[in-house]
Amino acid sequence: MKLIITATAPGLEAPVDPRFGRGAYFVVVDTDTMQWQAHKNEAVNAAGGAGTQAAQFVAQQAAGAVISGDFGPNAYIALAAGEVKMYLLGASQTVSEAVANYVGGKLQEVRAPTGAGHHGGRGG
Amino acid sequence: MKQLVFLSGKGGTGKTVVAAAFAHLAAEGAPRLRAVLADADVDAANLDLVLGPRPLEAHDFVSGAVATIDAQLCRGCGVCYAVCRFAAVLPPADGRTAYAVDPIACEGCAACVYQCPEAAIQMTPQLAGRWFRSDSRYGPLFHASLRPAQENSGKLVTLVKQQARLLALDDGCDVVLVDGPPGIGCPAISAISGADLALIVAEPTAAGIHDMARVLEMTAHFRVTALVCINKADIYPEAAAQIEAYCRAEGVALVGRIPFDTAVTEALVHGQPVTAYRPAAPAALALAEVWRRVADRLVEDAAKGERS
Amino acid sequence: MAAGAAEARGGATPPLRIAVASGKGGTGKTTVAVSLALSLAADAQGLPPAFLDCDVEGPNAHLFLRPNFERREDVAIQIPRVDAAKCTACGRCAEVCQYHAIVVLGRRTLVFPQLCHGCGSCTLVCPEDAISEEPHVIGVLEAGAAAGDIPFARGVLNVGEPMAVPIIRQLKQWGLAAHSAAGRTAILDAPPGASCPVVETVRGADYLLFVTEPTPFGLHDLRLAADVAAELGIPAGVVINRDGIGDAAVDAFCADAGLPVLLRIPFERAIAEGVAQGRTLVEIHPEYAPRLRSLFAAIVEQAARPAARKGDSG
Repeated sequence: MKLIITATAPGLEAPVDPRFGRGAYFVVVDTDTMQWQAHKNEAVNAAGGAGTQAAQFVAQQAAGAVISGDFGPNAYIALAAGEVKMYLLGASQTVSEAVANYVGGKLQEVRAPTGAGHHGGRGG
Repeated sequence: MKQLVFLSGKGGTGKTVVAAAFAHLAAEGAPRLRAVLADADVDAANLDLVLGPRPLEAHDFVSGAVATIDAQLCRGCGVCYAVCRFAAVLPPADGRTAYAVDPIACEGCAACVYQCPEAAIQMTPQLAGRWFRSDSRYGPLFHASLRPAQENSGKLVTLVKQQARLLALDDGCDVVLVDGPPGIGCPAISAISGADLALIVAEPTAAGIHDMARVLEMTAHFRVTALVCINKADIYPEAAAQIEAYCRAEGVALVGRIPFDTAVTEALVHGQPVTAYRPAAPAALALAEVWRRVADRLVEDAAKGERS
Repeated sequence: MAAGAAEARGGATPPLRIAVASGKGGTGKTTVAVSLALSLAADAQGLPPAFLDCDVEGPNAHLFLRPNFERREDVAIQIPRVDAAKCTACGRCAEVCQYHAIVVLGRRTLVFPQLCHGCGSCTLVCPEDAISEEPHVIGVLEAGAAAGDIPFARGVLNVGEPMAVPIIRQLKQWGLAAHSAAGRTAILDAPPGASCPVVETVRGADYLLFVTEPTPFGLHDLRLAADVAAELGIPAGVVINRDGIGDAAVDAFCADAGLPVLLRIPFERAIAEGVAQGRTLVEIHPEYAPRLRSLFAAIVEQAARPAARKGDSG
């Protein structure tokens, strides 16, 4: 299946990025073949709504699960609506460790928003 | 790593004075914690004035695109004027046909861009401010300045905090100290998001109590644990007692009373935190006590977090 | 407003719109604004001024002017509501939303009210007419007569809502037009800072009165506020509050920047304690009433001078 991990750089050995909406890269990994593809997160510099924008990207990739360090309320609602499962990075330091921990069933599934979100939206 | 944000609701209650003292005490007082400092009051950033920063990096903050109408392409149909809900589109001035946009009123929604039949409108990003990474006397400092009359301070707050948080994670620091803005709107919400603990600096005045109650509603709304300290506690003891009663009733921990002390302003004029400028001053002693309580709480929470 | 105001004034006192601002919070902005209002109200010549508390994140002026609110109005923005039966999940709405407040996930279109600015762009572009709008209340306006027969109005932002500007915008429309027409001076108490809510408050003002304190923080933030005044082309003057506590740098800045210092209020524990209890400067020291009327006379004179204006609307 397809997994998405937030990372600070492209590649399987890249360090993970704990931020979902504002993580630098999304590394999309096929757990069966370990083929990967990295996408720069266009939401990093989004004026606001990075969480919802990133969630939309993840949903478009038709990934079964996403692994990151923090899912704010908007990202959580959006990902849940897109039926994407969310997992916390836990002790994973790199993308490949995160994949291994996921496959090994060591990651905690997220069933509620984990942060207050990083508000950068409305107002000014 | 924990994030502590200083808030007050009302401006001028002494948030920055407390934040600067904590920066000093984290570096040189007790207990010592490795801190990264962030000035999230980007509307009126003052923390740098008492921390003596040496700038290491400066970056432009480009944000808040506004609509611009190409006068050559505009045929004056007025669709942009009709769809704008922010009164930002100005009808043609005498004798001309082209509409124009007031960049200060423009909300950046781009509704006009998508509706213009001539494709005469573009979104142009604005240089809204600058942000800096500096080395201060008491550790790394992230701060920013917003250009006058610019929007999007909430986004700049988010950016400054993120940079501080990333450095803290990279360097394995214990805490990010975030000096927050006044109010409860966009910048304050940006400052509180992701915080582990909020220290509310309340002032014992009629207005101070009113605004403290509003900011405590906000911390409750975003489920961030709040602590309260009373600044200038002796200026109106009855109001200080009201604050204490309010905190007891709401189950909010009161972590100290800082007396009114002219040494605070003197330290400010000398560009130093009061705890560094005159450690034996009554306000400095009280601040050291508040720091000890808040820092213990952060360390305790961190230990709990690791166990769970 | 200039033309209408000129017709309505009829007599000696033009209906000026004075915004009281500070940059830094807690410098005594509200104290000065309410004391100025009361001083003018106590003057037998002319109508009491209208007072607008535009610090919608932390409104405090009511604590000093004690209005009886007689009118109330919600402030709402229009947020989209998607008709799932009509929506084809084409994603056009998500594409045009600059705030990522509406997203399409698989077959579902989701709205995030807290991110929405209420611009209506999604409604306009939806090819299926599947989007209607519903109000989302973000705050309230309240008005009534206050001490000294001052018509008082304020806006209050709901806790958890980020957008202060629409409340200030609506407050100004709601609370100013009738008074300007009646020839009343209006005093607007601005929020602290130098960004959007401040700009929205001071847009269209005839004069900006800064209240600062002579400390490095006060000076730094006064500079920012003065930049906003320059950006908007509004004439400005300064009140130095807690005079004597810090240094002379604010005075030097005002002299350099050509900002007249219109009043000095020395630091006095009696004033600090009185204000803490919710008393105004003129209640603590009645001799400030004529001083504030002189300050107003100086403002009238300075506001009459032609000044380059970039942002005269709202």
